[in-house]
Amino acid sequence: MTIQWIFIPFALFALSRVLLRLRDGTLSFGFFLFWIVIFSLAFVAVLSPDSTTKVANFLGIGRGVDVVLYASIFLLFYLVFRLYVMMEGVRHEVSELVRQIALKEFGRSQRRKSR
Amino acid sequence: MRQPTIVAIIPAYNESETVGGVIAAIKKENVVRHIVVVDDGSSDGTSKAANVFGAKVIRHPKNRGLGATLETGFQAARLFDPDAVVTIDADGQHDAQEMKKLVQPILDGRADVVIGSRTKSGEGMPILRRIAVFFGNVFTWMLFGMWSSDTQSGYRAFSKRALDVMRLRSQRMEVSSEIFQKIARYKLRFEEVPVRSIYTEYSLAKGQKLSNGVHVMWKLLLRAVE
Repeated sequence: MTIQWIFIPFALFALSRVLLRLRDGTLSFGFFLFWIVIFSLAFVAVLSPDSTTKVANFLGIGRGVDVVLYASIFLLFYLVFRLYVMMEGVRHEVSELVRQIALKEFGRSQRRKSR
Repeated sequence: MRQPTIVAIIPAYNESETVGGVIAAIKKENVVRHIVVVDDGSSDGTSKAANVFGAKVIRHPKNRGLGATLETGFQAARLFDPDAVVTIDADGQHDAQEMKKLVQPILDGRADVVIGSRTKSGEGMPILRRIAVFFGNVFTWMLFGMWSSDTQSGYRAFSKRALDVMRLRSQRMEVSSEIFQKIARYKLRFEEVPVRSIYTEYSLAKGQKLSNGVHVMWKLLLRAVE
């Protein structure tokens, strides 16, 4: 099938990026495992489409492709949430920096006044 | 007897029109020893106005929101080793004459946090504000199990103990509810005192709106899940 020819090189490329990010320390081991599991499942689904139908029957969803769609939507929601939490963390860090600059300047001005 | 050290924190963002009046009103009451204005990156000369009226001014080089501004104020207040800290809005909606009433439960050793409740007195609060505050109260109660008649009030007093544990993480308006999360978590003694609100066209245009509610709720949900 054409999809297999398109997906497999892409998934291999993505896996190599995951490995590289683990090696340079950008990705934690937990997230490395997370992406390995996700791409392994995608591999199985592309190479053996019948397996998704089996899962669909087990879950009572109907078609195998629907299982893949639902799982993708859940995954995307989760990743957007993680991204949002990360952004909040960055915002917090920026505020902390701004605060430290402001307090340092405040301390300086107080010392100048007390002289 | 030693006079208690009370610090007033005024978070301000583009409040040059009103901040001077608020500082003057606080000074007139002779309750607080230090008045600290935290200017959250204003572009209208708020810092200058606060300086002219004799307050100590801390200026954020960039705008970071109410929560971040309050936390800066708390950190600055700790430098003065206060017995109590009062927060008051810069838009002139609170009556400085009520400051003594607000800090008294702390000075008496009865409370760690005192909220100036605008809904308890019922004076001067427009209906839309009441609705916004009610939803804020319900949401805060659902998330943190704390009920207050005015969770969104900016007129509050904190004891030394409350100040020590109040390390705020919220950046913006959701800080009002985060304070209740801290009260519940650290089992702080909490009281409410009815206060009058002075609403003008100016303060109505600047304060917490019903439309901010969804954003605040989302942020609080995130905090609860985090």
